[in-house]
Amino acid sequence: MHEPSAQYKKRLLRIKVNGRWREDAVADGCMLVDYLRDTAGLTGVKTGCDGGECGACTVLLDGLPVLACVTLAVRCEGRSVETIEGLAAQGRPSRLQQAFHEKLGAQCGYCTPGMVMASEALLRRNPTPTDDEIRAALAGNLCRCTGYVKIIESVKAVAGLAP
Amino acid sequence: MTAAFASSRPGVPLIDGIDKVLGRARYTADLDRAGALVGRILRSPIAHGEIVRIDTARARALDGVIAIVTGADCDKTYGVLPIAMNEYPMARDRVRYCGEPIAAVAAVDEETAQRALDLIDVEFRALPAYFISKDARAPDAVLLHANKPGNVEREVHHDFGDIEAGFAAADLVREHRVSCAEINHAQIEPHACLADFDPVTGRLTVQDVSQVVYYLHLMLARCLDMDESQIRVIKPFVGGGFGARVEVLNFEIVTALLARAAGGRVFMQLTREETFITHRARPQTDVVLKLGMKKDGRFTACACEVTQRGGAYAGYGVVTILYAGALLQGLYDIPAVKYDGYRVYANLPPCGAMRGHGGVNTRHAFETLVDRMARELGLDPFAVRRANLLHAPMQTMNGLMVQSYGLAECLDVVEQASGWKERIGRMPPGKGLGMSCSHYVSGSAKPIHFTGEPHAVIHLKLDHDGGVTALTGAADIGQGSSTMVAIAVAETLEVGIDRIRVISSDTAVTPKDNGAYSSRITFMVGNAAIDAAKNLKKILIAAAAKKLEAHPDEIDCAGGIFRVGRGGQAMLSFKEVVAAALVDEGAISVKGSFTCPVEFQGGKHRGGAVGSTMGFSYGAQVVETSVDEATGMVTIDKVWVALDCGHAINPLAVKGQIEGQVWMGMGQALCEETRYLDGLPAHASFLDYKMPTIVESPHIEAFIVESNDPNGPFGAKEASEGALAGFPPAMVNAIVNAIGVELDEIPATPDRVLEAIVQHQRKVKLAQKKARS
Repeated sequence: MHEPSAQYKKRLLRIKVNGRWREDAVADGCMLVDYLRDTAGLTGVKTGCDGGECGACTVLLDGLPVLACVTLAVRCEGRSVETIEGLAAQGRPSRLQQAFHEKLGAQCGYCTPGMVMASEALLRRNPTPTDDEIRAALAGNLCRCTGYVKIIESVKAVAGLAP
Repeated sequence: MTAAFASSRPGVPLIDGIDKVLGRARYTADLDRAGALVGRILRSPIAHGEIVRIDTARARALDGVIAIVTGADCDKTYGVLPIAMNEYPMARDRVRYCGEPIAAVAAVDEETAQRALDLIDVEFRALPAYFISKDARAPDAVLLHANKPGNVEREVHHDFGDIEAGFAAADLVREHRVSCAEINHAQIEPHACLADFDPVTGRLTVQDVSQVVYYLHLMLARCLDMDESQIRVIKPFVGGGFGARVEVLNFEIVTALLARAAGGRVFMQLTREETFITHRARPQTDVVLKLGMKKDGRFTACACEVTQRGGAYAGYGVVTILYAGALLQGLYDIPAVKYDGYRVYANLPPCGAMRGHGGVNTRHAFETLVDRMARELGLDPFAVRRANLLHAPMQTMNGLMVQSYGLAECLDVVEQASGWKERIGRMPPGKGLGMSCSHYVSGSAKPIHFTGEPHAVIHLKLDHDGGVTALTGAADIGQGSSTMVAIAVAETLEVGIDRIRVISSDTAVTPKDNGAYSSRITFMVGNAAIDAAKNLKKILIAAAAKKLEAHPDEIDCAGGIFRVGRGGQAMLSFKEVVAAALVDEGAISVKGSFTCPVEFQGGKHRGGAVGSTMGFSYGAQVVETSVDEATGMVTIDKVWVALDCGHAINPLAVKGQIEGQVWMGMGQALCEETRYLDGLPAHASFLDYKMPTIVESPHIEAFIVESNDPNGPFGAKEASEGALAGFPPAMVNAIVNAIGVELDEIPATPDRVLEAIVQHQRKVKLAQKKARS
């Protein structure tokens, strides 16, 4: 009965997601967050706002943090995307994820994937950040539970340690 | 009983924490929704008006539209308070705020659903709309609800003690007026609901972001006119609540109505804007507070008038306006308290319960006035609080029981940690220190839907695997309540926490629980968990005794090992005892429950149940600020806070809760506010609703004080709300300390601070002029 809309042209997207290459038909207007959640099934990537306000969808694009909700999927052609699901190795949390767990950097957990990915990007370029550098790197990630105290503690717990 | 520090025990990470950090925790929007239709809501574009006509014909004709529902499809009102259910899931003949649901569509995809909404024709006849309490209460104002004259939903007049004698006995009487802006919970997860209706069996399953799955279950049955047995409500992971989801919300019922109309599965996720419009948060509040004080700082009387702009429907309103008065008591010893409260209807999204429910804005008015008067009398703010402490156990004039009271220790801790004595009065220009106290209930001792049942029930299941499964209706929304249940069961059974599995909030599986509100879970569900574990332990000890051929009284159980007598030779492991117990009974199910005794359920006066609790938490805090007098910018440099939570069952989680609540108080004090332009929300995004980012957020040093409540589980009380109300007044007191300027409004945005500075300078100049002439 209902035919798919022909309004948006689809094209084949070749993209590396968490270390594996994929090919998917993606509409030109499709945002990276919808591609990751609906097509790749990576629901660890969250949406908390109507676009670019909360940071919950933060993923790494070629190692740099981007907001997946305001990034077109087709702009990621041939590039590498990392999500929260890609940090764990054989099901075991990375040191940073473990720190967020043990230090209670996650309460409700909804902002956590974005928060962890933004922290991961910071630690890769600056393994020993100061409190102010952590604050600057996470300025675009909103959390409503923690008052950010234990988030800073979580990042500091792995600062200076190898990943 | 004297209080003590608890920081020696570190506590444990949340039992579901690893799922969250790995990104595998599934929230409502993450659930498998194969085949689900997309639901969208059509909302009122006007703030007040009659609905003359709704025509859905053009929308129904659109290819891909499966179901449309309007107010005509549900003639049942809903609401959290049985006495005040005056709201339809979708407006029927009248809309009362911009954004009120009118109709809804289920379609094959979002684009189609949106196009269908555009094709629904609605004709209104506009009515005058009121956006501030004063206008709504004007004598000639059109009534929002015909049965509420003057647009006042509830008036409260409470009078305890001899108020006139109290003010007459005072050395200083002062009155001030404070205005607190409306704010929002702004939990990061937007509202979402996944509803499945099976037209063959007639059963409905709803998975949803609720903090109160049982109330949702009740209201779905009421509004869909279904038998409760045909409904199942499941709470997946929930991304924060803070009260946003503590009553049933229109979109939840609308999604279920759509699923039934479509004969299938409908998913609805609200936008952030819609999540803001759904609202139910802290109302804009005007407080006029008058206080009598002796020269030594003793309070003699308090008179308080509160006006809350409650929005268009009742919601929790009656409770909120009662809390605002009830919580004037239970913190300090005040010989006389008079309270007049007015909950007003206005053409704005309905307010509701938000962390610190009802007490925050009155506490702000109280604690800032105490400081003004202390300055006038030359008293130290700590000394004034110490002059008015309660002595537990006691009962307040309004019938509230205080069984444990660690406020004195909280004061000592933050005074010392902040270096108050050495620093106050010696701060550099533009920098200030301020302090304040606050308290909150550990669960409302009288449930909203009174049925006579216990206040909390827990089931424990033990089977061949030796694992103990705790089934609880208590909604873990990130606060760590499931972890609390696991600890309570593990400690009582004396086994490792890894042996316990908690299943929470699935009405087909878990026993009924009233939900995550009024900080009730630790106290009530914690006690029920201990009771259940004790009942299970009895069965295990009996089995061990039989196997070891001893009397149950001789069995010693520690660390999962059962022996005859302490240090006895004959021993059984936990799994051996379980195997022995199963021989007698098969799979074991036990239950535990908890009920607040009637003497704790509040005063006999009208509305006396609100504020009643088994135990109050107590908090004291010191806030250090910097104020830039040129820009009006206020910066919070540091916070020291101590909370008496009775006993910290999980100190790690308690500290997390203390930091979070103080920070939320900071948001309200510093920058958060909802704004409406002719009823249209102008704040409904995270860019326009300014909550503090990590950059503006200071270090919060949290201390736990343990007063060991005689009735709390292991002595525990609540730990999530009691310190919130202390932040706004402590900050305003710190601003006065920094620049000598009083602030009558919060949030302390730069424009308000600059205006206060200008007014202050004007006053000083006038005074100088007078002095010269």
